[in-house]
Amino acid sequence: MSATARTHNSTTAPATSTPGAHLAVLKAEARLFGREPGSIFWIVVFPTALLSILGLIPSFREPGAVPGGQRVIDLYVPVAVLLALITAGIQALPPVLTGYRERGVLRRMSTTPVRPAALLAAQIVLNGAAALGSAVLALTVGRIAFGVRLPEQPAGYVLALLLSMLSALALGAVITALSRTTKTAGVIGSLVYFPMMFCAGVWLPVQAMPQLLRDIVELTPFGAASQALAQATAGSWPSWSYLGVMALWTACTTGAAARWFRWE
Amino acid sequence: MAIIEVEGLRKTYGDKPAADGVTFTVEEGEIFGILGPNGAGKTTIVECVEGLRIPDAGTVRVAGLDPVADHDRLTLLLGAQLQESELQAKLTVREALRLYAACYPDPADWRSLAERLGLDGSLETRFGKLSGGQKQRLFVALALLGNPRVVVLDELTTGLDPRARRDAWQLIEEVRDSGVTVLLVTHFMEEAQRLCDRVAVIDAGRVAALDTPAGLVSASTTSTVISFTPSRALDETELEALPEAASVENNDGRLVINGTDETVDAVLSMLARHRVTARQLRITDATLDDAYLDLTSASASTTATSAPATTGASSSSSASASASTGA
Repeated sequence: MSATARTHNSTTAPATSTPGAHLAVLKAEARLFGREPGSIFWIVVFPTALLSILGLIPSFREPGAVPGGQRVIDLYVPVAVLLALITAGIQALPPVLTGYRERGVLRRMSTTPVRPAALLAAQIVLNGAAALGSAVLALTVGRIAFGVRLPEQPAGYVLALLLSMLSALALGAVITALSRTTKTAGVIGSLVYFPMMFCAGVWLPVQAMPQLLRDIVELTPFGAASQALAQATAGSWPSWSYLGVMALWTACTTGAAARWFRWE
Repeated sequence: MAIIEVEGLRKTYGDKPAADGVTFTVEEGEIFGILGPNGAGKTTIVECVEGLRIPDAGTVRVAGLDPVADHDRLTLLLGAQLQESELQAKLTVREALRLYAACYPDPADWRSLAERLGLDGSLETRFGKLSGGQKQRLFVALALLGNPRVVVLDELTTGLDPRARRDAWQLIEEVRDSGVTVLLVTHFMEEAQRLCDRVAVIDAGRVAALDTPAGLVSASTTSTVISFTPSRALDETELEALPEAASVENNDGRLVINGTDETVDAVLSMLARHRVTARQLRITDATLDDAYLDLTSASASTTATSAPATTGASSSSSASASASTGA
C-alpha cells in the first residue's frame, strides 16, 4: 500500500487553493470538534475537575507536605496542565485522524484543489488550542480557588508549555502514522497514555518521586515538561536540559510520523 | 475530441496486475462506461485518471493534463465520486456543501445544486444519518461543485434500491446533458446499457472489448436467443448444423438456441420443412448480460496467453439485432 499513495508535489504544481479554503476547513472542523462532548470533557473539563477534587482534600492544602515546603495542590497544577496536553495529543487526536484516513475523508479531499493535509492541520491546531485553553483554565482555577501562585517566570513557562504541547501532538501524530485502523489507534493511544500520565506525575508528582525514578522520568517528554513547568512556576528559567529533552522528542516523533504516515 | 486518453496503463499491487495495458479514450460529452466483474481493476483505472494513484507504466491525460504531476489543476476540471469514501459523520449536508464549495476558487452555487439533486430538504441532516441514496446524491453534488468538465462516478448506484437507482440514472443523464463528460464505473449491465454511449469491458485488468452497448451485444456470438417447444422431436444433427448457432440446449423438450438472425431464419425454415409447430416461440435479443458473460469468460480462459483487446468501432457493423418477436 505504501507506494500507491499519491505524493504531494509542492514544487511543480501551482497552488490553486486559497487561504479562504483552509479557513473554511478549520471552521468546519471546529464545528465538528464542538460536537464531540467526550473529547471536550476529557481535554478541557477533566484536568481542572481532577485538580478541584484534589484541592478539596484538606491535607493537600497543608504546606510542607512535600520536599521544598510546597503544598500537594501546588504540584498538581502543572500535572493538570500536562494531563490536558497528553489527553488531546494521545487520546483524542489519533482516532480522529486515522478515522479520516480509514473512511476515505482524506481521499475525498484530495479530489479537490485543497490538500488533505489541511484536514490534519486543522485537527492538530484545534486539539492544541483546546489543550492550551484547558491549561489556562487549570491555572486560573488553581489561582482563584486554591491560591496556587501563577508562574513567576511567564516567558519560560510559555516556552515550556508550548514545547510540551508540541511533544504531545507529535506523539499523537506518530501513533496515527503507525496505526492502520481507528481501533489500533485507540489501543496504541491507551498503551502510551498511561505511562505518559505517570511520567507527567498524575499519580505521584515528579518532584515527589524518589531520585532514581525521577532521573529516568526526566528523560521522557512529560517528565521533563513537569520539571520545566515547576521551575518556571517557582520563578527560574527552565533548565535547558529539560527543554532539550522535549525538543529532541518532538523532533524525533515528528520525523517518525512524517516517515511512516500513509495517506491511505 | 478526446478529453480522457489512457494509453498502455499498467498498475500492479504485489505481483497481481490490477491494470495490465489498458488503453481507451473518452470523447467530450459522452457517458463512457467501465464495466467488469468485481476485482477486475475498474477502480484502479479510474483512480489513475483521478490522479489518486501513480501508474507503473503508460500515460494518462485528462484534457492534456497529467493527473499526478498536474493534480492541482486537474482538480479544477475533474470531479469525482469515490467508491467507499465517506464524509465526517457529524457534518451536515449544508456544511459539507459549503466546505467543499469553499475548496474551489470559482464554485457552482451549492444551493441550486442541492435543489437540483433533491437535497434541499435534508440540509440540516448529518452525513451519518443520511440514507444510501441521499449520500450518493450528496457525493454527486460535491463532484459537481467545482463546475467540472469531467465527472468520475465509481459504482454510484451499488447498494441503492431500484427506485433510487433509477433516480440516479436520470441524474447522470442530466449531468451529461449539461455538457459534462461522465466516466461511469459499474458492474450493472442494465445500467451500462441504459446510460452509456460506449463501454469498455474490463476483465482481469485488460480491456476485453470496447464498443457501444448495442455493438457489444451484436458482436458477441450469442446475440439472439430462440426458444420454443417443438410439437415433435427434431433431429439433433440437424439442430447442431444450424448456421451461426453458438449453443443448442434441450430442457425437457424445450429448445433454447443461441445464435444470430441467420440462425433464426434457418430455424424457421427447418420447422416449416418438417411441418413442426413451435409452441411458445420466443425470439429475443441477447442482453448486454449475455455479451458480458461471453466476453469475460472468453478472456478469462485466454488470459494465460494474451487476450487481445478488441478495441475499435464495430458499432456500425450490425445495427439491427432484430426486435423481440413473439409468436
